[in-house]
Amino acid sequence: MSKLSKYDAIIVGGGHNGLTAAAYLAKAGKKVLVLERRYVLGGAAVTEEVFPGFKFSVCSYVVSLLKSNVIRELMLPKFGLEILPLESTFTPFDKDYLFRTSDPDQTYKEIYRHSRKDAETYKRFGPLMGQIGMAVRPILETVAPNPLGINFSDIVSLKKLFTHFNGLSDENFEYLCKLMTMSSADFLDEWFEFEPLKATMAASGIIGTFMGPRSPGSAYVMLHHYMGDIDGSFRAWGFQRGGTGELSMAIARSAEYFGADILTSASVDKVLTKDGKACGVVLENGDEYESDIVISALDPKLTFLKLVDENDLPSDFVRDIKNFRIRGSSGKVNLALDGLPNFTALPGDGPHLRGAISISPSYDYLEKGYDDAKYGNFSKEPYMDIILPSVLDPDMAPLGKHVMSCFVQYAPYNINGGWDDMKREAFGDAVINTLEKYAPNIKDIILHRQVLTPQDLETTFGLSEGNIFHGELTLQQLFSLRPAVKWADYTTPIRNYYQCGSGTHPGGGVTGSPGEMAAKQILKKWK
Amino acid sequence: MKKTNKLQDFICRTELKMSPFFERTSQINQSQEWKRWGGYLSATQYDLHHDNEYFAIRTKAALLDISPLYKYRIKGTDAQCFLDKLVTRNIQLCIVGQVMYSPWCDEEGKVIDDGTIQFLAENDFRLTSAEPNLTWLIDNSIGMDVSISDESDDISALALQGPKSRDILNSISSKSLDSLKFFRLIETDLKGIPVTISRTGYTGDLGYEIWVDPSQSISLWDLLIKYGKRFGITPVGLNALDIARIEASLILLDVDYISSRHALIENRKSSPYELGLDWTVKMNGNNFIGKKALLFEKKSPSNWKFRGIQIEWEPMEKLFKRVGLPPSLPSKAWRLSTPLYYNNKQVGYATSGCWSPIMKCYIALAHIQEEYAQINSKLDFEIKVEHFNELTSAVVVETPFFNPERKMSCPN
Repeated sequence: MSKLSKYDAIIVGGGHNGLTAAAYLAKAGKKVLVLERRYVLGGAAVTEEVFPGFKFSVCSYVVSLLKSNVIRELMLPKFGLEILPLESTFTPFDKDYLFRTSDPDQTYKEIYRHSRKDAETYKRFGPLMGQIGMAVRPILETVAPNPLGINFSDIVSLKKLFTHFNGLSDENFEYLCKLMTMSSADFLDEWFEFEPLKATMAASGIIGTFMGPRSPGSAYVMLHHYMGDIDGSFRAWGFQRGGTGELSMAIARSAEYFGADILTSASVDKVLTKDGKACGVVLENGDEYESDIVISALDPKLTFLKLVDENDLPSDFVRDIKNFRIRGSSGKVNLALDGLPNFTALPGDGPHLRGAISISPSYDYLEKGYDDAKYGNFSKEPYMDIILPSVLDPDMAPLGKHVMSCFVQYAPYNINGGWDDMKREAFGDAVINTLEKYAPNIKDIILHRQVLTPQDLETTFGLSEGNIFHGELTLQQLFSLRPAVKWADYTTPIRNYYQCGSGTHPGGGVTGSPGEMAAKQILKKWK
Repeated sequence: MKKTNKLQDFICRTELKMSPFFERTSQINQSQEWKRWGGYLSATQYDLHHDNEYFAIRTKAALLDISPLYKYRIKGTDAQCFLDKLVTRNIQLCIVGQVMYSPWCDEEGKVIDDGTIQFLAENDFRLTSAEPNLTWLIDNSIGMDVSISDESDDISALALQGPKSRDILNSISSKSLDSLKFFRLIETDLKGIPVTISRTGYTGDLGYEIWVDPSQSISLWDLLIKYGKRFGITPVGLNALDIARIEASLILLDVDYISSRHALIENRKSSPYELGLDWTVKMNGNNFIGKKALLFEKKSPSNWKFRGIQIEWEPMEKLFKRVGLPPSLPSKAWRLSTPLYYNNKQVGYATSGCWSPIMKCYIALAHIQEEYAQINSKLDFEIKVEHFNELTSAVVVETPFFNPERKMSCPN
């Protein structure tokens, strides 16, 4: 066992939140080390050349909620942040389709041919969600107060939130309450009538969550996805040039610019403690690193049940973490293609291939997919959110070839009999067969396919149970309850041991927010 | 339910000129938004929004119809001497196959226009400009062995700009463009169509301009679209170009400065020094029109500088937050003169600006009094927040704002 250098802070996990925390701490002059288990940085926000010449944003595939102040404060455009617009959604169904773009006239005309009523309502719905988003954002940007042992800063932030909610109009308060509690299907039924439109919008309420569109609570996840709309001109919604991994690399370059050290292929085995305080880490190869504090960017299960000894933690806390719901519900199928998919409903090349393609023809379709998962099977006809990165960035694939990213739901972590190679292939086949119904040429143009099950997401990317958000975004595990009551302010029951991953407030997505807020909170307390 | 969302054709008439590419551009212009450029109908955007076109310039390849440029052919044994006398750059240093950018001035050293000079062959040049210049050229060539002709309608031009532009041209050109340096040109053919290709452009990115006989215009357009498809070629209009040129800090006549020919009052005129074009003025070379005045100005410099400013986000965000909004900036580049203050005293004005989608910051080009024009100087920029004018912080920064390495590099 060899002892290496001493750091102010060690961050376990080089995902985008770990890197963000590192950059902020380094910027404040701290000596920081990031330790990443894999050979490549980014965690689930990673680009890999899976097949020669074909690059994939292997897991997370769009940048939607990256905080604008993180972009500015870490000077990310200087280090490679380049977000290409991805501003349309194409929903094929039967022999027709729904194609919405960022152009209000085009979208009105398009919805109008399906439902005159919805076309008009749609114009009101977007601004309303924007208003609610603006109302909710201060919650997301406040360190979650501890409702049990309130101290001065908790009172200040609670008061701020109270004042803020007092300022909401009655109408908006009502909608906010509904969004926090209702299912996305019920909520949207109050507004719209056209099934493919409702189902596509509701689908954003089930992504990464083990719920159906008719499950209460799904409306909040839908709102979570609207949050990216409220940054005005700063809005950064789209595809990172070079894949999502390039975004992680931009953050890593920023962290290094500010002086952080980053090591890959450095798998942390345990957090070292002395007198009940974290004081460093030991790697699986036996190397030890000393530090004043240790910050885990891993999910709550790994942070508390693997990196440290359960016996060092209060038993009620261990119980909370064990009960923390982190059920994986989705998989990913990445395809290397010889050409472009040809959709029956809208044949040929066109702007519909430049945005998201959503396989979500109806509520029933999504709900049936969920039914399969409830009873331990993957959806035979799954919901899919698809993009074609090479159409936006030709460097993602060899000349004239394409890559296709399919986010697929549902694929339960606890599949009957457990995941194995055969089930993985069967899952991949279900995805391709479903795609074929909409784009019949798909089988002819597939050169390679990569199928990732929730099991793979766990094994390869360290996402417990394959949950893409480090824990479901359901009401009982948000804000002051994320990941557990009393420990939502990035501290842990072990002194000098902190957390900064998506399993902390405000949760998952490529936001940089947990990493940023944790770092700022830690710096505030740093003596 | 109507099955498809079919595109609709229409026919209309116009008194304006139509470029040789109009047969194609008019068909693909979804927005049917046109601007006037040199008397031509010129597409502002082909899509309903210019976002995708802007990113084509920065990540793929943008195809722009630049035929409305004025083009003059200058031939004869005195051609090089004549151009050397006409413009502020030292054209004596120019070699065959080179292109030089330069402004040209009146005798008072005030800029009339700016453009590029292509050295096509011995005693054979092409000058491009934003405005008509034939009379000015002829008047200043008296006694020299030069022939000057207006070939504006005799040459069509396309710009192919963006990281993939070289790959597209290499796939169809009989000569490789790999060793063609920034501001150099070659004669080649693209699948049999004879063209001149200059490594020039108005985007500050890797890019080329292709000069061709008008009879070949449509064939050239179709060829580029066909072979460029795999590389993501995208027809691009003036809205996206305007953002790219501001990021590249390239000035625009009638926007960032007024030609001394049209200025009604002296104050509206600008010298090259006042436009940040100091580097184009050859004080060690031969005489040129305006040299005397510029020598004098060099000794007692003008009080005006041309600079890039960045409008800071946080203070602006606070102003918008007061009215309950996120900062909403125009999505297109603007051209409205906007005051700049220091301690409530106006010390300058911005002439064009935009939100930079790639750098994620709000930038503008501005005329600023020298004492306030140092890099990192803080100024106040006037901004409209819900109908009310407010002041928000801006800082003088280095230009060009955006300057990728690929702009000037060659492979290997």
